[in-house]
Amino acid sequence: MKITSDTTGRVLSTGAALVTILLTLAIIVFIATKGLSTFIINGVPVKDFLFSTNWFPDRPLEEGGPQVGVLAFMLGSIIVSLLAVLVSAPLSVACAVFIREIAPFWGQRVLQPAIEILAGIPSVVYGYIGLSLLVPFIREHLGGLGFSVLAGFLVLSVMILPTIVSMSVDSLRALPQEWKEAAYALGSTRWQTIRIVLLPAARSGIITGVVLGLARAFGEALAVQMVIGNTRKIPGSILDPVITLTSAITMDMGNTPMGSLWSNSLWSMGLLLLFISCLFILVVRFVVQRSEMSQ
Amino acid sequence: MSDSKISVKKLHLFYKDFQALNGIDIEVRPQHITALIGPSGCGKSTFLRSLNRMNDLIEGVRIEGTILLEGSDIYSSAVDMVALRKRVGMVFQRPNPFLMSVYDNVAYGPRIHGEKNKRKLDEIVETSLRGAALWDEVRDRLHKSALGLSGGQQQRVCIARLLAVQPDVLLMDEPSSALDPKSTMKIEELIRDLKQRYTIIIVTHNMQQAARISDTTAFFLNGTLVECNETELIFTKPGDQRTEDYITGRFG
Repeated sequence: MKITSDTTGRVLSTGAALVTILLTLAIIVFIATKGLSTFIINGVPVKDFLFSTNWFPDRPLEEGGPQVGVLAFMLGSIIVSLLAVLVSAPLSVACAVFIREIAPFWGQRVLQPAIEILAGIPSVVYGYIGLSLLVPFIREHLGGLGFSVLAGFLVLSVMILPTIVSMSVDSLRALPQEWKEAAYALGSTRWQTIRIVLLPAARSGIITGVVLGLARAFGEALAVQMVIGNTRKIPGSILDPVITLTSAITMDMGNTPMGSLWSNSLWSMGLLLLFISCLFILVVRFVVQRSEMSQ
Repeated sequence: MSDSKISVKKLHLFYKDFQALNGIDIEVRPQHITALIGPSGCGKSTFLRSLNRMNDLIEGVRIEGTILLEGSDIYSSAVDMVALRKRVGMVFQRPNPFLMSVYDNVAYGPRIHGEKNKRKLDEIVETSLRGAALWDEVRDRLHKSALGLSGGQQQRVCIARLLAVQPDVLLMDEPSSALDPKSTMKIEELIRDLKQRYTIIIVTHNMQQAARISDTTAFFLNGTLVECNETELIFTKPGDQRTEDYITGRFG
């Protein structure tokens, strides 16, 4: 049999696809076995794990034994990411509208490249800037320690901006030019065209961008950990320190003996993160599918 | 020529260095259908789009000469573009209903122009859809997406959307070129109906269509207006050799 370049190509790409699938499966299986051992081997009830704020992974038996409740971490993640999206989404959509509709010349030559640079900055740099500028600023002008929910979601909101902007720009670009013309021909102003015709028509792309931004915020560990103070309590205000699932994992992972409850519960938190990001992906799929159906 | 609806004098239009229209003079009579014919690239669509200033959206377009709508210059600096486009509406080559329900498409215009009353809007939507000969086909699916309709129905939604802002003049840029013969016939019937109330200027590639529906025909070639006369005369006794060559299919 002669091996043509066609079959070589097919073997190579099928092979690469298989490797990717296998890797994903291996990661999921690994995290699942590690993560589930908290519940199976250590016998922690799932309810206690998810809905308790008591985090004493190495408390001796005479004081009541270890407890691993991650509610504070989970709430921390949710609060910080949601607030980041709340700040970033309107800003990003406004940027996208500016780039596509208001000033395409400046938008595409200056603003868009600037936003792309934001996407390329390593998260440790974001954390470092947050730590040396934002944290002292908050401490001096708003009070508290400076390490806070506020610092966390502000840093995150800048980090997820490029994701939401680029998805929104793409979905605005995909709209037929004829809609804009039709809107103007009916006597619409530019603002009416954008607000009533273009943005609603682009909403599925924008929502996808927002969910992807939320997922990114949820999964970000380093930059957040550097500015939020990492106190294992549910914050009472945005000036209080907070802890997230990701920062709790990165802080503790070096200090725990393999196979201990402590180590296992960190894996369970990893599993929880994996589960939540799958949920985000499902939401995105759902939104995209529904918009395809309506067209 | 005070009985003209639109009166165009020495209109030149440049697209950067390219001259797309060269000294167009034309009078458009009210409640008539004027057809613009000519080969591709002759400037007929460009001319149409200068009547509601849609060319303003394109960068690098420069216009000389005057276009009077009932005696007032639509290119004077005092003109309110919103008001102008409300009066001079446009139907495009490809049906372009918005990604909204049929109802919202038709109600779009009145809403942006300030109508909020629900009952009034219902009324406008119904009259406009009836005016576009579409009411009976869509009355049961007013609140479903307009993009689910057939091409011909979508084009009539666009016409209804236009009628809803109560224009005076309807500009139509090859409104049936993307449609099948049956939908084309419906659109033509509709255009003939609309003539009673509106001044219609229609660009068409299809000479039979021009002959079937228009009262006046203008023949464009290379950015100039070669001839403009009663449709019957243009198609039976054209005054210019080039017109005759074009309508008999010798080029184009």
